[in-house]
Amino acid sequence: MQDSTPINKDLVAASSTPLVLAILAEGDSYGYAILKRVRELSHGRMEWTDGMLYPVLHRLERLGYIEAHWEKSESGRRRKYYRITKRGRTQLAEEREQWQAVDDTLRGIWSALALPFQATGDFLTLTCRPAAALRPCR
Amino acid sequence: MEAQERGIRLEEQIEQWRSYVRRRQAIQTVDVEELEDHLREQVSSLLRANLTEDEAFLIAVKRLGDLDSLSREFAREHSDRLWKQLVVSRDESDETRSSATREGVVAFGLAVLAAIAIKLPELFGLTLDGDEGFYARNVSLFVFPLLAGFFVWKRRAGSATQRWLAAGFVAGAVFANIYPFEPAGSTEILTAMHLPIALWLVVGVAYAGGRWGDPEVRMDFVRFSGELFIYYVLIALGGGVFSGLMALLFQAIGIDVEPFFQRWMIPCCALGAVVIASWLVEAKQSVIENMAPVLTKLFTPLFTILLIAYLATMTFTGRMIEFNRELLIAFDLLLAVVLGLLLYSISARDPRAPKNVFDVLSVVLVISALLVDALALWTIASRISEMGFTPNRVAALGENIVLLVNLAWSAVLYVRFLRGQTPFTSLERWQTNYLPVYGIWAAIVVTAFPPLFGYT
Repeated sequence: MQDSTPINKDLVAASSTPLVLAILAEGDSYGYAILKRVRELSHGRMEWTDGMLYPVLHRLERLGYIEAHWEKSESGRRRKYYRITKRGRTQLAEEREQWQAVDDTLRGIWSALALPFQATGDFLTLTCRPAAALRPCR
Repeated sequence: MEAQERGIRLEEQIEQWRSYVRRRQAIQTVDVEELEDHLREQVSSLLRANLTEDEAFLIAVKRLGDLDSLSREFAREHSDRLWKQLVVSRDESDETRSSATREGVVAFGLAVLAAIAIKLPELFGLTLDGDEGFYARNVSLFVFPLLAGFFVWKRRAGSATQRWLAAGFVAGAVFANIYPFEPAGSTEILTAMHLPIALWLVVGVAYAGGRWGDPEVRMDFVRFSGELFIYYVLIALGGGVFSGLMALLFQAIGIDVEPFFQRWMIPCCALGAVVIASWLVEAKQSVIENMAPVLTKLFTPLFTILLIAYLATMTFTGRMIEFNRELLIAFDLLLAVVLGLLLYSISARDPRAPKNVFDVLSVVLVISALLVDALALWTIASRISEMGFTPNRVAALGENIVLLVNLAWSAVLYVRFLRGQTPFTSLERWQTNYLPVYGIWAAIVVTAFPPLFGYT
């Protein structure tokens, strides 16, 4: 895992809604487990300050995308579980479409950028490694 | 042994962290609980990775994020919470504003419903002048269920809670109306006075939104009740000015609005204002949140001086409390006021703060109130045979005992706290655990007294 650059904060914030909704679409969960799943999925590149997840969850709850209930955990403590609602699923589908569109757009430009790379072959790869294609070449 | 000791240390650290977070007013108790669960989970997973307890705790806290930005986030999300005006700039999103508006609309709708509810019995021929007894017994039933409904809606209480609430109100309605009360008899007046107390506890359950067992939530309810009272009095004052002006204006054109006041405005507004005031307390918590504690701070010294002066006067002049049939009621009031002062100073006190002068003052207040009450009870006990057990006196005696027990044990706990033997929280717990006792006593008066005393 050489590529472990943390993902930019704004991107993390923007993707938090679909990510949380999607994780809850997999099944009911609670804060700590959701974060664990995020780490797992992003291979640790999505760095969330743990506490910040909760305001996000509460916002989604207020918007009616998810609902919460308290349950006794295996340790006997009360734990707040979240479940995605019907509205949340609709929202998730919508977000997914939007992200797909963003992804498609970016892919379009990536491949357009990549073409001259391949065309000129060795020359460019020497000066500008493909992994750095996102950043301006110096 | 050692492992156990370390476990205790971790618990202490978590306890400290918890009370530290609690002081962030944007993060409410429920959320602290949620964060604590996270923290514990994180700690135990770090412990499994062979970290020491201290290390695990430090890392877990660090990962949770620094509290300033965390409470900013919470305040941003929970627009109804305290401090918002201070912490978050005015760039709230439209959604938080619209949810606040929605809450206002719901509260206003419920207030209108309460106003309609009080007029409904007139359709069945029960008039405010002719059937005062009916209205006096039922007045809380016209508005408390609606208020509870507001909290059920706001807190999204579960169906189990809703059933309990419904059962409470139905029972209240049944006991207020099935007994063949003698009109304006003592038991009827007692029911009218005690049913609201019992039902207020039911409102408390709704306020807690299914978490009535949590002492912090109960304390929140105590705070809420105090602020509600203050708001209600303020609204009533405003209403008085309003109706005075209205009367004057209409008098100038030769119209007497008195009947309109009596029949419509006063009953409808008095009930609607309960819902509106509750909503305001919830929505504007930050504005005068500290009103009840401030009044407490102001009046605790005054009442302490009064009671000490009273005791001193009795000692030096040799005068004793004179026997009087209404003696108990006066001393019940005294104890209730002292308890209120104690309760609100407790509710505003940071449990971790060291003892201070005000604590000593509170203890002196409670102990002198107990002494005065003991003298009153002594006077009554010696002449109990003369009194006869009328329902009023039994009720007053019961109340005196209920308050006396609370204050006596509070005094013990407070003294222990001052000597450093118990944490302040034990006093807080005692008060919150005691809350149902008032409701139970009130319920006993409502359910058992009328048949016991022959509905007189």
